[in-house]
Parts: sequence; structure tokens; C-alpha cells
Amino acid sequence: MSSQAPTRQSADATATPWERLSGRLILVQAGLLAAPLGSFLLALAVSGGKADLQVLIALGSVLITFLVVTGIGVMRYLTTRYRIADDRIELRSGLLFRSQRAMSLDRVRSVDLTANPVHRIFGLTSVRIGTGEQTSSAGRRLTIDGVTKAQAAELRDRLLSRRTAAPGRAADDDGLIADMDWSWLRYAPLTIWGVGGVLTTFGTAYRILHEMKIDPLEFGFVKDIEDRYGSVPLWFGILVTALIVIALGAVFSTATFTEGWYGYRLEREQGGTFRVLRGMLVTRSVTIEEKRMRGVELTETMLLRWARGARVNAVASGLGDRDENSKRSMLTPPMPRNDALRVAAEVLSEHESPTLSALRRHPRITLRRRINRALTATVLLVAPLAALGLWLSRTWLYAAGITALVLLPATLAMAYDAHRALGHTLRDRYLITRSGTFARRTVALERQGVIGWNVTRSVFQRRAGLLTLGATTAAGNQCYKVRDVGVAQGLAFAEEAVPGLLAPFLEQAPSHRRSR
Amino acid sequence: MHDVRLRPPRNRVDRRALAWWLTQSSVFALPLPIVFAILFLCIPPARTVFGWLLVATLVPGLLYMAVMPVWRYRVHRWETTEQAVYAASGWLWQRWRVVPLSRVQTVDTLRGPIQQMFGLSGITVTTASASGAVKIKGLDRHVAADVVQHLTQYTQATPGDAT
Repeated sequence: MSSQAPTRQSADATATPWERLSGRLILVQAGLLAAPLGSFLLALAVSGGKADLQVLIALGSVLITFLVVTGIGVMRYLTTRYRIADDRIELRSGLLFRSQRAMSLDRVRSVDLTANPVHRIFGLTSVRIGTGEQTSSAGRRLTIDGVTKAQAAELRDRLLSRRTAAPGRAADDDGLIADMDWSWLRYAPLTIWGVGGVLTTFGTAYRILHEMKIDPLEFGFVKDIEDRYGSVPLWFGILVTALIVIALGAVFSTATFTEGWYGYRLEREQGGTFRVLRGMLVTRSVTIEEKRMRGVELTETMLLRWARGARVNAVASGLGDRDENSKRSMLTPPMPRNDALRVAAEVLSEHESPTLSALRRHPRITLRRRINRALTATVLLVAPLAALGLWLSRTWLYAAGITALVLLPATLAMAYDAHRALGHTLRDRYLITRSGTFARRTVALERQGVIGWNVTRSVFQRRAGLLTLGATTAAGNQCYKVRDVGVAQGLAFAEEAVPGLLAPFLEQAPSHRRSR
Repeated sequence: MHDVRLRPPRNRVDRRALAWWLTQSSVFALPLPIVFAILFLCIPPARTVFGWLLVATLVPGLLYMAVMPVWRYRVHRWETTEQAVYAASGWLWQRWRVVPLSRVQTVDTLRGPIQQMFGLSGITVTTASASGAVKIKGLDRHVAADVVQHLTQYTQATPGDAT
């Protein structure tokens, strides 16, 4: 790439030809029309050729919407041009609202490639070029949507190689940090939201059928199931339903895992960037600059923790707003904890992941707070059942009793676990904090990345002599919290982490009273 | 470092902030009781229901109006030094924020309609962190202008992109 003379001057900027998006984009746009047309024909077929007015209007409006979308897409193809010239990438687009955007190559911080399934069929990719600005406004980045894979790869190389000091590319394959191991698939069913996905799917399917004036409850097989339910005890029916939902949820999350992480590779590239490649139907390639890395976050959800698995996210600045950050900061799928720790260490260029450090514990009173929360949650869940029991029939009272018996130990165990999860410490250049029971997160944040303190205290915390210390930062979630730490302990920790910042605002607490 | 605590920042906000918070709280607290009062007067057969609803909404509303502004006035404080901005806010949930001037990106003033009525002004000091902004509300207009001047003077002196 370096042979392509990085020092062209403006004289031949005018000579560099503009490049267009791929012509296959038109096929993609035409393909979009298949969905409404298909559903239209399907509706006609289902209704036996005599669709009523409501259906016609609904489908007609969908068709018109799609036509407009297609039209806009074709227009975009016809009007978009881009080129790299004069140390800048330039993008022109629009017919009525013409826009001309240019970005200096020195400011390019990330180049993401994404291809959705329709794009994949036609061998297209969308390229997103970011400057690493924190603001999420679209003005800070360029998106070139609909170039061929080859064009995209070339574009990415040219944009990023610009910042490479060493021209040699021989060491390219040595930068591999982690790649897919299909034995990790065992962790896939442990992501709980698979169950949520199943429920959502059923809900959506029901809604769609309902909109099309089809009552799913009238289907033969549904009636059949209903009849069977009538003939077995209620608890058995509920148990079977729960098992089916959980099984489907496991299948669903396994499928999501496979789709999201197929072909996963995490590598360190020449020029100081990390690249995450992944995806089966939608392929994604995310680039994170090493000098924007401010730390890592190790996430262990409850089930994953029992299976000794974990995920690693990057704590890096310039990945976009909260939403984008959560998608783009993922460095690994759920994987064995030891592998996750190795990745964390390698990404930070440390011998051992800083998240492994022994943590300072939080005061005992945090356990009491969590037990109180557990009791409150249990009461809130049981009280309605008990009320129904007093009002309607004794069955509900039994249900309330059983629920309480099951919930109480479970929530108390969680309270204890949440208390044990709390911890914080310093290690070399990192500030480390851990909390959470449903999802236990251990964050190692570079102390240099801390750009302010955010101390919050609720009424309860003030009475218990606790505070929540938030380290604000430009990276990741923007604020990482040390939850429920003792007042003096927390403030001393903040002062130790970033010496001199908090000191002018501290005072000795009067000794006869516990520090308020 | 045993038994340290955060000391309150040096300056209180302007006294007029009390009136501002009172106005603000009345906007939240009063509409519902007023509606119930009107219904109470207009629909005699349903008097008991609306009477109770009126009491049930008016009492907490008045309590909120009585407690919140005073409590906030006791908590809300601010301070700027040559190194940092330090501000305390909140009432039930209280919050203390410290931002070093070297990390400040912008200093804005914002004056809402009610704040303007009382001649008050608010300052927002933003950093590269989306949750790192320090907001000082309820300052006298002229004090706010001075603070902005002070802050911009020191933040301009610091090079770098403040991340």
C-alpha cells in the first residue's frame, strides 16, 4: 500500500477519479420489493383470492412504502461518489440535498465493515469510517453503503495503512489473539435472553397473524394441545410448558451465538489496531485503535459464571454512543474464563489480566442493604398472590406460600452473592472495580483515563455511611462505579487512584460521630 | 486518610433559587389537586371520592413543595479553584462531582424560562465523558458570567484533547 505514494499534492487531487457504489446495489433494492409483493400474493392465496379492503389497504401502503424506499436507494446509487485524494477521503451524495463530505485521513480512527444477508448475497459491504469522536452525531463519520467486498477491503487497507509507520506487512498473521473454538458453543444456551427471544417471537407471530385476521387459537394443532392440557394436572402442564420454552430458548440463543460469532477472529494489526471479525449472515469487522483502549471489562452472567465462562469487552473511547459502544466493544464471545483472562491480558499488553487482582472488600453493612432488597423483592412478588388468596380462594394462598418458600432462599443467596461480588482495588496503572450478581462485571480502567469523580449517596447510603464512587471517563460506559463503598474507604481510594484531584475537597470527619 | 469526608463546596447558590425550585415543584405538584378540586366542586354526588382524591394528592404535593426547595438549598453548593470544579446537588439522592479543569471541554450557560424569571442562570461544564458533566444551577446571572469567564480562562490554557 505504501507504494501508492502518500504524498500526492493537491494538483492531482482533481485528477483522481471518483468511484461509484457497486451496480449490484440496484439488484438489492429491487430485491427489497420481493417482501411486500410476496406477502401480497400470500395474503391473496390464503384468503382464496378475495382479500377484504382492510388487508388490501394495509398491504398497499406497505408496497408504497417499499417503493419509496427502493426509489431512494436507487437514487443513492446514482448520486453517490467517493474517492481518496489529497490525503482526504471525500464523499458526495444526494440529489435534492447535495452533500459533500471530506475527512482527513489522519483523523480516521476506525473503519468498520458490515454486510447484512441481502448484501452478502450480492457480495456487497457497507464501510463506516469514524473519527473516534465521542459525539454520536452522524456528522462525525462517513458511511459508504454498497461497495463490493473487494472495494471495501481495498478502501479499509488504504484508510488504515496510512497510519502505519512500518511498511512491511509480513507479520500480518502473527497478530492473532483469539479465534473461534466451537467447543465454546456450550456456553451459548446460557445466555438467558434466548428465553425472551422465544417469547418475543411467539408474541410477534401472534400479532402478525392477528393483524391478518387469522386467529392462531383456531388452528387444528393448537386446539389439539389445548385438549391435552385439559386432561393433565395444571402443575404438569406448567412444568412442560416451562421446559419447552427453556429448550426453545436454548436453541434460539445457540442460533444467535452461531450467527453472531461464526468465523470469529480477534487480531492485533500492524499500525496499532485491534480487529474483530465475526458473523455468519451479517458479517462484521470492527477496528479499535490500541491507543484508544482504556481497559477491559470482564462480564460473567450468573449462568455463565457457574459454567466457568466469561466475556471480554473493550473499554475504549470513540466507539460511538452507548448503543453502538455495547455492540462494537465486544472482543470475545462467551468463552472459558481462562481464555477470556488471557485475551484481556493480551489486549492490554500485560502478563496477567488486571481483573485477577485481589480486591478490597466493602463494609459488612452492604450485605444488610442487599438482604433488605431481597426481602423487599420477595414481599412485592408474594403480596399480590397472598391478597388474591384472602380475596378469592385458598389455592392462591398456597401458591403464595410456595412462591415465598422458593423465592426467599434464592433471593437471599443472590443478596449474599451480590455482597461478595463487590470489590475494588488499584493495580499498576489500573483501577479495578467489580459488582453485580445477575451479571458480574469486573472492570479494569486505566487511571489516566479517569476524567472526574462522581460521588452519589442515597438516603439509605447516607444513613449507612456508604457512597457510590463513579469514575467518569471518555471510554466505554462513560462512568464506572465502585458501588456501596465506605465513605472514608471510597474517598481514600479515589485520592489514591488519581492523586491530588479530590484532596482539596476532603476534610477530617469529627471523630465522635460516624462520618456522614 | 482515616475518617475523611467530602467537605461542602464553598459557595451556596443564589437565594432566589428557593423561589425557582418552589415554582418548579408547584408545576409538578399542583395540577392534579386543582383538577380534583374542580371536580369536587362541580360534581356533588361524587364528593366523597374526589374529596379523598384531593386530600391524597394535595398533601404529598404540598409536602414536596415545602421540603424539596429548602432541602435542595441546603445541599446545592459549588466551588471553582484553579485546578477543578466542585459541585454538590440533589436532596434525597445527593451527588458531588469533581472535574479537573484540564479535562474540561466546554462551558455553557443555560437559562430556562423559569430561571430567567428569577434572574438566575445555570452553568454546564462538559468533559469528554457523556456522564461527566457538572451542572451548577440557580446562580445569579452575573456570578454565572464570572464563573464562565474564570473557567474558560483556565481551560484554554490547557493543551490536548482532554480525553
